[in-house]
Amino acid sequence: MKTLVFLEHHEGALQKDSLGVLSKAVSLGGEVEAVVLGQGIEELAAGAGRFGATRVHVMDDVLLAAPLPQPRVDALETLVGEGGFDTVLFAASVLSADVAAGLAARLGAGLNYDLTDLVVEDGQLVGKRPALGDSVYVDAGWTSEPRLALVRSGTFEPSETGGSPDVQAYESRFQDFSLAATMVEQAHEEAEGPSIEDAEVIVAGGRGLGGPEGFAQVEELAKALGGAVAATRAVVDAGWYPYAAQVGQTGKTVSPKLYVAVGISGAIQHKVGMQSSALIVAINKDPNAPIFEYADFGVVGDLNEIVPKLTELVRQRRAA
Amino acid sequence: MKPSDFPPPFDAREFVAAPSDPEDERIEVGVLIVGAGPAGLACAIRLGQLLEGAPELAERLGEVPVAVLEKGKQPGSHLLSGAVVNPRSLRTLFKGRVRTSEMPFHGRVEHEAVYFLTRGRAMRIPAPPTMRNHGNLVASLSQLGRWLAEQAEAGGATILPETAAAKLLASDARVRGVRTGDKGRGRGGEELANFEPGSDVLARVTVLAEGTQGHLTGVALDRFGLHGESPQVWALGVKEVWQVQKPLDRVIHTLGWPLRAGAKYREFGGSFVYPMGDDLVTLGMVVGLDHRDVELSVHDLLQELKTHPLLRGLLKGGERVAWGAKTIPEGGFLSLPRRLHAPGLLICGDGAGLVNVPALKGIHYAVESGRLAAEAAFAALQPGETPWRPGALARYDESLRDSFVWDDLRRVRNMRPAFGRGLVLGGALAGAMTATRGAFPPGSSDLEPDADQELISAGGAASYPAADGKLTFDKLSSVFLSGNKTRDDAPNHIRVQTDVPPELARLWENMCPAQVYEAVEGGVEVTASNCVQCGAITAKGGRLTPPEGGSGPEYTLT
Amino acid sequence: MKIAVCVKCVPDSSAHTRIDPATKRLDRSGEAALNAFDVNAVEEALRLREAAGEAEVVVLSLGPERALEPMRKALAMGADRLVLVSDEGAAGSDLVATSRILGAALERESPDLVLFGQQASDADGAVLQAAVADRLQRPLISQVAELRREDGKLRGKRQTEYGYDVIEAPLPAVVAVSDAINEPRYPSLKGIMGAKSKPQETLSLGDLGVAADEAGEAGSRTTVLALGEPPARGDTVKIEDDGSGADKILKFLLEKKAL
Repeated sequence: MKTLVFLEHHEGALQKDSLGVLSKAVSLGGEVEAVVLGQGIEELAAGAGRFGATRVHVMDDVLLAAPLPQPRVDALETLVGEGGFDTVLFAASVLSADVAAGLAARLGAGLNYDLTDLVVEDGQLVGKRPALGDSVYVDAGWTSEPRLALVRSGTFEPSETGGSPDVQAYESRFQDFSLAATMVEQAHEEAEGPSIEDAEVIVAGGRGLGGPEGFAQVEELAKALGGAVAATRAVVDAGWYPYAAQVGQTGKTVSPKLYVAVGISGAIQHKVGMQSSALIVAINKDPNAPIFEYADFGVVGDLNEIVPKLTELVRQRRAA
Repeated sequence: MKPSDFPPPFDAREFVAAPSDPEDERIEVGVLIVGAGPAGLACAIRLGQLLEGAPELAERLGEVPVAVLEKGKQPGSHLLSGAVVNPRSLRTLFKGRVRTSEMPFHGRVEHEAVYFLTRGRAMRIPAPPTMRNHGNLVASLSQLGRWLAEQAEAGGATILPETAAAKLLASDARVRGVRTGDKGRGRGGEELANFEPGSDVLARVTVLAEGTQGHLTGVALDRFGLHGESPQVWALGVKEVWQVQKPLDRVIHTLGWPLRAGAKYREFGGSFVYPMGDDLVTLGMVVGLDHRDVELSVHDLLQELKTHPLLRGLLKGGERVAWGAKTIPEGGFLSLPRRLHAPGLLICGDGAGLVNVPALKGIHYAVESGRLAAEAAFAALQPGETPWRPGALARYDESLRDSFVWDDLRRVRNMRPAFGRGLVLGGALAGAMTATRGAFPPGSSDLEPDADQELISAGGAASYPAADGKLTFDKLSSVFLSGNKTRDDAPNHIRVQTDVPPELARLWENMCPAQVYEAVEGGVEVTASNCVQCGAITAKGGRLTPPEGGSGPEYTLT
Repeated sequence: MKIAVCVKCVPDSSAHTRIDPATKRLDRSGEAALNAFDVNAVEEALRLREAAGEAEVVVLSLGPERALEPMRKALAMGADRLVLVSDEGAAGSDLVATSRILGAALERESPDLVLFGQQASDADGAVLQAAVADRLQRPLISQVAELRREDGKLRGKRQTEYGYDVIEAPLPAVVAVSDAINEPRYPSLKGIMGAKSKPQETLSLGDLGVAADEAGEAGSRTTVLALGEPPARGDTVKIEDDGSGADKILKFLLEKKAL
């Protein structure tokens, strides 16, 4: 297997999810190389070696400065052709989804997306993904090469294994239409913390909070964990928190790595909005609350005691 | 204390108006049918057949000769019944065109059994004559409705889903049509960014086929003084559909447990269990809404029923795939409106109360009434006649009274559910009733409105099982399974007083199968978006009005 | 100006969508509805038309005949006509095959702007728009929460993990909109009744010049190998708080490397 991993970067650092995918590729075996595209990124590229890439291809070009997908499709088309890669992996993001899909059309190559695992079975690469709101698991394969894959964000953790790779610069031509879209104004890091759709950690509050004041401690815990705040339909209905934070059947669907449910009973209308969270922690004083049936870790107790304590413990841990 | 001590803030006059849209914005159709259920669709289908042979009339009726308004997402979304259907009316309706074997039924009733249940046992008792179902067919009314809608459209009808009929348009003592409901209002009734006002839909004949507790039907009965001698009363039916491992080979009805027999409880009803093909079973609990215990919850009685050995075994290894709830009019013959027509107006189906309670049958009456309504409308639209001339539509009532519908209902007029009166009486009563063609037992118009029943606190909930998520479920899970995903900021469509005593709040909280009501300090809190529009609240002190078109349950298998 | 909106009909998100174990494909026999994000795309097309004074709005889809009914909702909202590519040979098409077919249908229409909803509720990839943009060789702006047209150019606010970018692209272009972009209108009753008489075209693969081996499973480059149960969540742990609840939660989070 000869794998190419697309590494995204933002404000001078390689993106964590991409590095996670790279580490995974290394563990699957075969030759693993990486590619970094942008402007002024040569130094950045070398960092990929720590995560196991034996070679990092770099294309440094002013036309790649803005995080736009279509010039990247051109750049990858050239590289995949020249390098003889049979597998190209991406960590999913708004940018990389467009890049991977554009590349799939360009090369006529199969793209499996939203993968939550990659394995080699009987010598074949197999992607695993949930479907139908996580009720079914699909083993996805490819019928030709190169095989393209988009891995769901937050799936793999980066692990440092390697040393210093061979960094190779290359060039590519761009199609006219690829350069037609231009960046007028690029985003800055959001000041308020992640939106709940993107957040890796969510702390959600429900009726058990007793009133809108109850959200103060939810917000504190979310801040300590670096996460976003969500709310159930019942409390949004009651006006305790804005609708933008509502998770559930008639609100948003989220799948963070950690979902802390505070004072939430966990009726199915809420569950369907957060059931694919990687880890669910629940705090509720009612031992029969449905949420305890699917929370990974549940504590029956007074949230007004537990939440502030937990916040303090997390802060201490983080400071250490 | 009784629920009728706290009447809802509802005045039928609010829902009758003259057309108000500017002339060029009004929508005009030939015949307007409200409700895409078996009655409304039978009417649309029959009209299509008649208009096939009368092209000049069809042309005179304009671009849309027949329109059917349906408040659900699609036809079938709000349809729910057992159901074991007597196919005779469908045969008549489709004579020479479609065979019964081509209709979406789940098989013929070959065997049936009636059981009297106690907590641990099931005793077979002879089926009362009113409950013999040989030759009848098992159906999902929701599926049947979808199929009938396709037939209606093939016959030229225009079906308009997601459209509620909010007001009756009437002026000069005649019905002109309906005004459809607004869309895009917020919780307080305010206009949201995508607010879309309803429209006046004018028609030469308006047919109300709204089903149980039809909104405009109630309004029309008031407006034209059409109420019958006895008030209408209802039962609440809650049902589930299960995928099962072993096929069920018979149609089952039960009485007795988990309902309580004492007179003070007034718990009349029973359950049904029907096979739907080889891999599906539908079961439901039906209880009269004249019950008195504030703790009674038909939803939870059904959960309790499933724990009986007879049912537990049947459902073992299975999976619940559908759930729903709806009221059934139970007043029968004595509660029928004194007339089912008015100038420009016809009333059909469950909305009129055409239900044979002991036999648990209403679908074939709905179909027949729809068919007869179509014929009356067709006759009144002929050259030389106008549908709003007083008496022009009288032919509908005449033909209904000449039909088997009237015969059947008259014969069983004095019988509340035979299987609910107590086991000793059950068989004997049924026999006596049949033998005397309804003269015995003597007419007890002891039909008081359900809301007039004094409430008691009688501990019904003590035996309800906790939800285990496999055999038994809680209300919110059930609401989820009904497909209900009404937006949270929809306006409240339920008219009910909220500053009520705790007993009444508890009654509503327990009665409602969808957890709409919650007893709180000072009264009751209403979460209208949970509502599956079963109508129980209308029987017990409140009043349901149609919510925004397209909202509510999305039944497919009920 | 001609705006083409690509829509997908998905099983109505009621309780039981399932995958047919025999074909390993989505069991689409339940009632279908327009994918929610696509309704935002239709709404955006109608708003662009209103801003421009006039434009033709065409709704396009690849699907079975059954899709015509939900597509009519777009006509009821105000779209002018619909084109459905319906062919058994297209069943089971993956991204490569679908983008080939849609690309061909769009070339036939030659619109100034192609709109997509950002993703479909049943397969959730958010990938189709970029593949189609590449087939058509047109600039792409995706995840758009705000769109404006000025002097033959489009300006879109793209929402990413880092905030909003503003991206400009000349027409003809491909844009995918998110559900944040607008609140779709309810069709008026007149609109619903008028929908039936608007032009509705059904095309086969042959009409588009798409060969059999470019569509369906033959034209796909990915495949479903197997279906299974999702991995079990693992045991649930439930404890009573005796004062150490918070510590135990912290311990759990550390164990699971969630901090």
